[in-house]
Amino acid sequence: MNFVEKFFDKQRPKVQKGEKYHWLASTFEAFESFSFVSDKTAGKKGAHFRDAIDMKRAMIVVVIALIPALLFGMYNVGYQHYLSHGENANFWATFFYGFWRVLPMIVVSYVVGLAIEFAFAQIRNEEVNEGYLVTGLIIPMICPPDIPLWQLGLAVVFAVIIGKEVFGGTGMNFMNPALVARAFLFFSYPSQMSGDMVWIFDKGDAVTGATPLGELAVGQPASATVCDMFTGLIPGCVGETSFIAIMIGAFILLVTNIASWRTMLSIFVGGAIMGLIFNCVGANDYMNVPFYQHFLMGGFAFGAVFMATDPVTSSHTNTGKYIYGFLIGVMAVLIRVVNPAYPEGMMLAIILLNVFAPLIDYYVVDANIRRRKKRLRVATKTR
Amino acid sequence: MSEAIKISKGLDIHLYGEAKPEIKDCLNPDSVALKPLDYIGITPKLLVDVGDKVSVGTPIYYAKEKPSVKFTSPISGEVAEVKRGAKRVIEEIIIKNDRNNTFVDFGKKSIAELSAEQIKECLLESGLWTLLRQRPYDVVPNPETLPRYMIIKGFDSAPLAPDYSLLVKGEKDALQVGIDALKKLTGVNIYLNVNDNTTSEEILNLQNVYIMTFKGKHPYGNVSIQAERISPINKGERIWYINLQDLIAIGKLFLTGKYFANKVIVLSGEEVLNPMYYNVVRHTCLKDILNGNINKENHIRVISGNVLTGTRVEEDGYLCASDNQITVIKEGDYKEGLGWMMPGFKKFSVSHTFPRGFFARCTKKPFSIDSNLHGSQRAYVFTGEFERVLPMDIYPMQLIKACLSKDIDKMEELGIYEVDAEDFALCEVIDVSKSEIQSIIRNGLELMRKELGE
Repeated sequence: MNFVEKFFDKQRPKVQKGEKYHWLASTFEAFESFSFVSDKTAGKKGAHFRDAIDMKRAMIVVVIALIPALLFGMYNVGYQHYLSHGENANFWATFFYGFWRVLPMIVVSYVVGLAIEFAFAQIRNEEVNEGYLVTGLIIPMICPPDIPLWQLGLAVVFAVIIGKEVFGGTGMNFMNPALVARAFLFFSYPSQMSGDMVWIFDKGDAVTGATPLGELAVGQPASATVCDMFTGLIPGCVGETSFIAIMIGAFILLVTNIASWRTMLSIFVGGAIMGLIFNCVGANDYMNVPFYQHFLMGGFAFGAVFMATDPVTSSHTNTGKYIYGFLIGVMAVLIRVVNPAYPEGMMLAIILLNVFAPLIDYYVVDANIRRRKKRLRVATKTR
Repeated sequence: MSEAIKISKGLDIHLYGEAKPEIKDCLNPDSVALKPLDYIGITPKLLVDVGDKVSVGTPIYYAKEKPSVKFTSPISGEVAEVKRGAKRVIEEIIIKNDRNNTFVDFGKKSIAELSAEQIKECLLESGLWTLLRQRPYDVVPNPETLPRYMIIKGFDSAPLAPDYSLLVKGEKDALQVGIDALKKLTGVNIYLNVNDNTTSEEILNLQNVYIMTFKGKHPYGNVSIQAERISPINKGERIWYINLQDLIAIGKLFLTGKYFANKVIVLSGEEVLNPMYYNVVRHTCLKDILNGNINKENHIRVISGNVLTGTRVEEDGYLCASDNQITVIKEGDYKEGLGWMMPGFKKFSVSHTFPRGFFARCTKKPFSIDSNLHGSQRAYVFTGEFERVLPMDIYPMQLIKACLSKDIDKMEELGIYEVDAEDFALCEVIDVSKSEIQSIIRNGLELMRKELGE
């Protein structure tokens, strides 16, 4: 690593204020701190040591947790393609077909998103924040494999600028930027984001290509078996199909304590309760779908594990997280079953609750404030 | 003694370099330094000039805001230097020791015969009033005010903290007189807070106080956490507190008529060759204590106080006023290639993303720490982490943000009066965003103090 350190030392003077390459200062800092944990030490007064964890470490854990779903997604893109053509391909051929399709999506997402992040960091004279490492991977994973790359790039631009940077960057946004990208695509290019044609890349005619949710929304029973939905060998967004791969990610996030178990658990509880209520009503076929199948279909599991748990846009208080998660679960199933215009309710449910999370927090914190005020009143009376 | 109050949240951090229970005398320092900056909200007005001869108990400066509060010399000698910093702020008043041990005689007195006013007068004259602290704000209390109740801090839960039974060994009489004096001075309830490991009869048999036993994890030794359990501090209320060891000085003032400036401190930390207790003079120079006892091979950081809240001092610097601990750790001024990506088997962490943090519950093996920040400052992203280490009915993140935005009403609503910067030390340690939370809270408190008065 010595020569890398020397390289950075040599370049550092060139990006100082007033120098020719100052416009690259944030970029320089980002790459340097990526290569080396800096030698900054604690201040004169206060805590003299710190936990080894930093934002990079925390974010890389989320990226690792996303890998199983991503790899499976790549395989499934290939699998669905060959299936729709009625061809047989071996495992590696199937995987690499998907790999070469999904990789450009990831590259576009990272290149476009990080370029904007770097530019904003430079304008604000700040260090580049690591938040986009996760967002940039999630965005391609929640898109259909057939999406044109220019649309993806445009969605990333919209998500990063309008979803995040206008509010002050990572940590200040109130809506999950990945979902902003998804919503942008959903409402701007509905033909490429819904229907039966988009979920399989270069679809053949051997299958219809409809997702289980799409079939249910038009009043047909889902053709996929529960087993397929569980493993994920169904048409759908790149990373969302496999329940089991997502659960491996959930396990990683929970044992490392990066994501909140409160949010995750209460989403599944909320979804289950709403599903059970519909089961009891049972007015149509969709309502009769067993409640646990809602977890397996569409983006429910992926949203619950990777997007609703985003600590910035979720409720900030622990009590609030229970309410926030529960309502996401309820809303997701409610929107799916009751509103046929939107086959997928998870995205809308999370965005809706992102907007309401500050309100939930307000009332949770307000309870604490009122407790304190009441104590003061009692104390003043008895004084 | 009542049943122990259990505090379940918090975090005990085990570090290398725990001190042996031996006390070594180190009572003849070359010099001492009074540091006005050790006290919050004090503008010093000098009563001596460079070259003046002083005795033990001679007033050196007083507080402009509270002119009756005087700060006295712990040794006899000559005022050698007044060190000033930016804007001519007095940083250190250095007194060279002449080793004659002359002292100001304040006269032996019996508490029973003194009125509250006379006790106050004695404490102010001898400079011992400055051992008292007031919550909120952690300031030396205004002599014109009275607290709602008093707390005597009878144990310390910080990493490598001294064992208080060693600090007060053989001083039972002085402790009792000290308590009696404070009881008469304030007339309010006095709580002596000990932990469930305290077995010293000298402490547990003290009279005229309510002995409260606490058990749990750090920061259960902090006054704020204890005060919340005894009776939370409301707006407009004050409580006072004092360190158990400082009662000895108060007791001896009345028993002997002299300013007893000795105290026992602990020298600990991984970079100390022979960690043990020292009997020293208040404000002492650290040179004699550290000489030959620290590891010279590494870059080191000497801290007056503990690793969570202390102040970095030079190797030939001086002990801060209210500290009874010196900690020496490695300085973390190194770069680490791809450090954030490495497994980091030996690194200190309580997060489960590092092996030691993950297995923290299985082992109490001490950590080796250094002062590296392991990252740089970011916006707050993660939530729900601070709540685990702050055992109070407070929303830490919301309070921190209120302090940052200088929103006085919000700070008040969220309970700023109940806390002090030290309560947020663990939050600062575990913070993924590497912000200086203690100084944010301190600035918030200072803003309140300046706007609303003490």
